[in-house]
Amino acid sequence: MFQTRIHGRGGQGVVTAAEMLSIAAFLENRHAQAFPNFGSERTGAPVVAFCRMDDKEIRLREPVMAPDAVLIQDPTLLQQVDVFQGLRQDGFMLINSARSFEALGIGDIARNMNPLRCVCVPATELALRFLGRPMPNAVLLGAFARLSGRLAVDSVAAAVRTKFSGVVAEKNITAARAAFDEVDRQLTQQAGVTHS
Amino acid sequence: MSHQPVKFYQTGTFTVGNRLLDESIRSVQATKTRSNSLNSGHRACQGCGEALGARYALDAAMDVSQRQLIAANATGCLEVFSTPYPETSWQLPWIHSLFGNAAAVATGIAAALRAKGRSDVRVIAQGGDGGTTDIGFGCLSGMFERNDDVLYLCYDNEAYMNTGVQRSSATPPAVRTATTMPLGAEPGNPFGQGKFVPTIAMAHRIPYVATATVADLFDLEYKVKKAIQIRGAKYLHIFVPCPLGWGAASSDTIKLADMAKECGLFPVFEAEHGKVTGVSKIRKLIPVEDYLKLQRRYAHLFGKAPATDVISKIQARADENIRTYGLLDTDVR
Amino acid sequence: MTLKQIEGSQGVAEAVALCRPEVICAYPISPQTHIVEGLGEMVKAGQLRAEFLNVESEFAAMSVAIGSSAAGARTYTATASQGLLFMAEAVFNASGLGLPIVMTIANRAIGAPINIWNDHSDSMSLRDCGWIQLFAETNQEAIDLHIQAFKLAEELSVPVMVCMDGFILTHAYERVDVPSQEQVDAFLPSFEPRQVLDPARPVSIGAMVGPEAYTEVRVLAHAKQIQALTLIPEIAAEFKAHFGRDSGGLIQPYCCDGAHTVVIALGSVLGTIKDVVDELRAQGCALGVLGITSFRPFPLMEIRQALLGCQRVLVLEKSFAVGVGGIVATNVRMALDGTGQKVLTVVAGLGGRAITKSSLAATLVAAMNDQLEPFSFMDLQHEVVDRALGRERQIRRSGPVAESVLRDIGVVASKIS
Ligand SMILES: Cc1ncc(C[n+]2csc(CCOP(=O)(O)OP(=O)(O)O)c2C)c(N)n1
Ligand code: SF4
Ligand SMILES: [Mg+2]
Repeated sequence: MFQTRIHGRGGQGVVTAAEMLSIAAFLENRHAQAFPNFGSERTGAPVVAFCRMDDKEIRLREPVMAPDAVLIQDPTLLQQVDVFQGLRQDGFMLINSARSFEALGIGDIARNMNPLRCVCVPATELALRFLGRPMPNAVLLGAFARLSGRLAVDSVAAAVRTKFSGVVAEKNITAARAAFDEVDRQLTQQAGVTHS
Repeated sequence: MSHQPVKFYQTGTFTVGNRLLDESIRSVQATKTRSNSLNSGHRACQGCGEALGARYALDAAMDVSQRQLIAANATGCLEVFSTPYPETSWQLPWIHSLFGNAAAVATGIAAALRAKGRSDVRVIAQGGDGGTTDIGFGCLSGMFERNDDVLYLCYDNEAYMNTGVQRSSATPPAVRTATTMPLGAEPGNPFGQGKFVPTIAMAHRIPYVATATVADLFDLEYKVKKAIQIRGAKYLHIFVPCPLGWGAASSDTIKLADMAKECGLFPVFEAEHGKVTGVSKIRKLIPVEDYLKLQRRYAHLFGKAPATDVISKIQARADENIRTYGLLDTDVR
Repeated sequence: MTLKQIEGSQGVAEAVALCRPEVICAYPISPQTHIVEGLGEMVKAGQLRAEFLNVESEFAAMSVAIGSSAAGARTYTATASQGLLFMAEAVFNASGLGLPIVMTIANRAIGAPINIWNDHSDSMSLRDCGWIQLFAETNQEAIDLHIQAFKLAEELSVPVMVCMDGFILTHAYERVDVPSQEQVDAFLPSFEPRQVLDPARPVSIGAMVGPEAYTEVRVLAHAKQIQALTLIPEIAAEFKAHFGRDSGGLIQPYCCDGAHTVVIALGSVLGTIKDVVDELRAQGCALGVLGITSFRPFPLMEIRQALLGCQRVLVLEKSFAVGVGGIVATNVRMALDGTGQKVLTVVAGLGGRAITKSSLAATLVAAMNDQLEPFSFMDLQHEVVDRALGRERQIRRSGPVAESVLRDIGVVASKIS
């Protein structure tokens, strides 16, 4: 089972991101379960959503306590919420930011993890560029597909089309693919660093 | 009003069956084919205005709908006296659910009929003043607001009779009820409270709102028939004296209903889409005192030292109705 | 049938639509909203031919349902929590009149203190109102139970509540198999009411009944529930024949054979419990699980049978009777009358508190080692309770309880659970 926890703020499409993730997994014939950390959140409040994927039926209903991956849609949460709670050392960490882990003040945490599994992606900037709206959720899923290697970016694209339609869907997908490429670029670079 | 082709001023009463008339202008009550939708044998008190009003109204509704009628009934005297288990007086499909939900139950029936394409079947809801103006008011307003295809009939006897004559929001000022005793500085029901639901119904801009009394059978039947033929929400507020709760003679039910109208305390009118379109003029204006005196619920206002101040406050209410609704023909005055 | 990855609420909305309801009415309350919104959309889009009514309260919702069901229309509504309590009078009335309404309860806690998260307090508060109560373990089962519910309700002329955990199921995306219209049509006949408001054959429904017959009328209501004990498994078997899936029934035993300790629960928590039990069984613990699908009628005999041979029963409840203790456990004790089997109650998941695998495992191990109190609360912060009690002893004006407890616990947003 692969468990992902997504942190963001009300209005950023956190829950939709988890749902799209589960749809992408479903489209790859896997079992998936997505659910929000239910609350009566208003715009701007911290929101958490979860997604589990597995090859067999998922019975577990507890919140994701020990995620394999955390996806942080809003870096301002780093100071407010224990977003890394339960994250394994060999887990995945994806942060929506144009800045570095050091600049974000989490250099210590990142250094303890596998550098090929941690990236910062400027998803909001990509969203603004391709969509004209600061909506990072679908974009990050493209990055997540590359980082985790658990999903084909085409599945993410298909999932995006179930939630958005027409031009909006296509623009989101373009942005997601750009994020995929951006992670790919970073990881290739990182792999070079690690191997040399 | 134009619906009344003949004026009936015989023998001082206004009650007209009337089998002496030509068939075409007889009331439904006077026809041999009336449905007796609230059949005899029920357990209402002698002279119960509510029983009379319900039969008049439902027979007219049955007549005009060709007996394609379903009724939802709130808890109250009408329900209790009509269906002592295992008997029933109702000669039409009838359901009693709760005290406060008759309007919503009727909405449900209307929805089911719509779902089944039965536009021929008409739906009424009925309840007492308490079931209408108090506990059922939310459901009533919802039914109005959605313009559900229901005719709501309120039988206003101005108190919770079924539970032993307690005050409702339709109880007039100064009235003695079990919960507004004639004691203290302001005996009886206080002034400055209560509500008149017909005008609230009008504020919903529903197609039809009217008031009527059991004293004027023709007018009542005319309004029921008219309402039944209109699609959408309709409200008919019927004034029904209660001999038991009012401390009045059983034989005075019709008389009291007539007097309430003739003194101006109960305005009889009809309104369409929120605008008054017709009023029943007062034929022979009487002072409220004449009306009040016949009822023991006002007895504390009379006797050795009559509460003239209170009586004149009640008279002022009647006068205001007369002005508001234009109840007097200027030539009569 | 079609496999879909959709929200539980959407699945239920689709299932209800497949049942061809004629009248749908509801009043919004979390976490029920997505279900009726889904249905409303289908009606507006013309995909579902039904009357959809936005009413002014839950009390009106159930009242409209009463009217439309009595007029012979297949009727559906949904609510939760405060909404269920607000309609309580009409809920009893619907069952008293024997009207086969189907209602989803998106289970949620009851206030005060106001809380929108899941537990079973709402359904449990009306457990004895004469409705059948079925609890879904998964979204698939919620879908299936709704299809079965219409059949069950109409066969017996009794209303049915399908209870599904609010948020945990209603808002969860998971894989479900949504049947086709042909499949549902083949399984669910059109509604032939036992009683109907029909001008062609007038009847009076809802007469007053005095002492001379009230008992008999109530016993007849009980008899219907007893009939349901037979009908529910029959319908589940028929459902399996049509749809090829095990869903519903009275109870669902899991590894109960040879188990020394059996955990009993209702609803979605059963999945987590099964995962924990599998892990503990792998370590040699003789554990089993018994899911109760039908809480009303309560299958006394079936439960007694399923628990034969186990020494200890741990009832995990998502609500409790304040001032007494477990509700489900009390019923289970009735089923085990005279057997001497030990029944422990643990209350968990109140107001949405996460029921975690680790806490569950610790509780089960404690139970197996006879270290669990007969009545306890999982993950209770004893010190918070003690401090509040202490404050009340010391200060006359100790203030509103909920507020001071919240102040005591501090910021909760910073933790995941
Ligand atoms: C929820 C609820 N509260 C109170 C009652 C008790 N109750 C039954 S009938 C009634 C009074 C009815 O008064 P009204 O509607 O004016 O009708 P009337 O009996 O005067 O015709 C009351 C208080 C009830 N049945 N249900
Ligand atoms: S108490 Fe009044 S309303 Fe009730 S039956 Fe008697 S007269 Fe009619
Ligand atoms: Mg009354």
